[in-house]
Amino acid sequence: MQAYIARRLAALVPTLLFASLIVFISMRLIPGDVIDLMLAQNDIATGQDRAKIEAALGLDQPMYVQYFRWIWGVLQGDLGISLWQNVPVADQLLATLPITFELGFLALLVALTVALPIGIYSAMRQDTAGDYVARSFSLLMLAVPGFWLGTLVMVFPSVWWRWAPDLEYTPFFEDPLKNLSHMIVPAILLGLSMSAVTMRMTRTMMLEVLRQDYIRTARAKGVSERLVIVRHALRNGLIPVVTLIGLQAPLLIGGAVIFEQIFVVPGMGLLLLEAVFQRDYPVVSGVFLVVGVGVLFINLVVDVSYGWLDPKVRHQ
Amino acid sequence: MSLPAPALLDISDLSVSFRTDRGTVRAVQGVSLEVRAGETLAIVGESGSGKSVTALSILGLLGDAGSVDGGRILFDGEDLLALDDDAIRDIRGDRIAMIFQEPMSSLNPVLTVGKQVAEPIRLHRRVPWREAYARAAELLERVRIPDAAHRLGDYPHHFSGGMRQRVMIAMALACRPRLIIADEPTTALDVTVQAQILALLKELTREADSALILITHDLGVVARYADRVAVMYAGRIVETAPARTLYGAPAHPYTEGLMASIPGVDGAIGARLPTIEGQPPDLARLPPGCPFAPRCQHVLDVCGTVPPPLERVAERHLRACYRDG
Repeated sequence: MQAYIARRLAALVPTLLFASLIVFISMRLIPGDVIDLMLAQNDIATGQDRAKIEAALGLDQPMYVQYFRWIWGVLQGDLGISLWQNVPVADQLLATLPITFELGFLALLVALTVALPIGIYSAMRQDTAGDYVARSFSLLMLAVPGFWLGTLVMVFPSVWWRWAPDLEYTPFFEDPLKNLSHMIVPAILLGLSMSAVTMRMTRTMMLEVLRQDYIRTARAKGVSERLVIVRHALRNGLIPVVTLIGLQAPLLIGGAVIFEQIFVVPGMGLLLLEAVFQRDYPVVSGVFLVVGVGVLFINLVVDVSYGWLDPKVRHQ
Repeated sequence: MSLPAPALLDISDLSVSFRTDRGTVRAVQGVSLEVRAGETLAIVGESGSGKSVTALSILGLLGDAGSVDGGRILFDGEDLLALDDDAIRDIRGDRIAMIFQEPMSSLNPVLTVGKQVAEPIRLHRRVPWREAYARAAELLERVRIPDAAHRLGDYPHHFSGGMRQRVMIAMALACRPRLIIADEPTTALDVTVQAQILALLKELTREADSALILITHDLGVVARYADRVAVMYAGRIVETAPARTLYGAPAHPYTEGLMASIPGVDGAIGARLPTIEGQPPDLARLPPGCPFAPRCQHVLDVCGTVPPPLERVAERHLRACYRDG
């Protein structure tokens, strides 16, 4: 097992290198570079200033030199300095990552508590009214864009009931309740949008599993319907669902960008959004590095959890 | 002559149908069967003859698509069809156990073999898991799985097909059932393993004094292991007799056809094996008369009108046919 995990971790390196290269190049291909923005903001526009700033920020070098400088820094644990804020990117990431992690974690929790029971229920009551309601709900959640739903939740309750979601961020360890009262709305919305696919998958897999011969065997032994589901069907049905959750990890990040913006959550998504607008190259590269490591790590956890779910994998 | 003991299982006039996209499929029509304590009854027929459906309806395992339209299934004097879900569940795996055809897919891939064998004991005897596992180890030893005590923690994929069917047998025997229903227990196995498994099943059911319903399409199996045989065709019983009688003097043209198509060692080399011409009827569009009439060599005018009733030809020997003799 350790050897397997080590091999998987080693395989992360080329993937991350490739991803960082793409981010590096694409950021610099977006029209309008950081110098233009800085000059426009400060109302100075002479060629001399431009060259000076470029040199100061190290942007006068050829692109490959910049890239290798960045990589060299990363290898030494230095992610560079924000072009605008003049603070180390690593510090910004350390400040924002836990917030986004909390949002993602809560959203995942919401997604699973919604998707698994409804998916199982839907499979057990296939083609009944309850099943149709559950499936329609999941289709709706799939179809409704998160930013629109988020805006609705911001606007309508305040018009109807003079209530609006809390928009002030409080660190969790300062006041957990206040923190949760702010985070819970974006977490629920993000979780619901994730739950749609997971619910469909859970339903499909449970239907598939409930048709299997070993379920009939369990019933023939006198196992109750509840135990048939919990002991005999669920673990078999969950194997592909766990894969799906791993595949949805990038979705979680994308969703965080949207919901952090709407609900003013000072997380990594918001950091990324601002950095992209401002062409703050090192920040964007840093965020994507963390996202890349995060996604690959989640998928590693997913692979390892197969061992727990599927005994056939465990012994290979 | 002493009075015969009351039957352990007494099925009378059972009819089962399935709703499908093509209409109602009459899988079982008016089937009556008796199994006495300790007896082995073979139900023989080709696929679609209704033999598995009959077996599944005994334990109420037909699923949502199938429904029992009529009849009665008495087990120890109790009508199984009238029981509610909880009551039938108490009987499943305890007093009546079932062994299925596919050992590869009938065991749960994510649960250990020990747990699956111990489960019915834990359910029906309400003992702690530890005790149920100890009993499971004994059972696995009884079905001659080598090193049984150390294999409780293994998963089904560690076992070969034959070994898995031994596990299924151990599971069926777990609560010492009065009746075991084995639905084609060896069809999916290698020929060399088939005989071993059947011999083991027969031996252990005799030891436990359980009755056995052996569902098969293989008349060779019937000859060696069954006391009595019921031949099914298109959802009906066409002939039933003690195994020896059936072999000596089959009375229904379908049974005769089946007998003739068993390859024998004394047959001439290169000779063509006789077959029964034609196909079994579509159960959603059954002909009005005898379902075998379209394939029958002795067909009479009356065969196309009303299905023949099951009538006595000799002691304990019944058949459903209009032919004389």
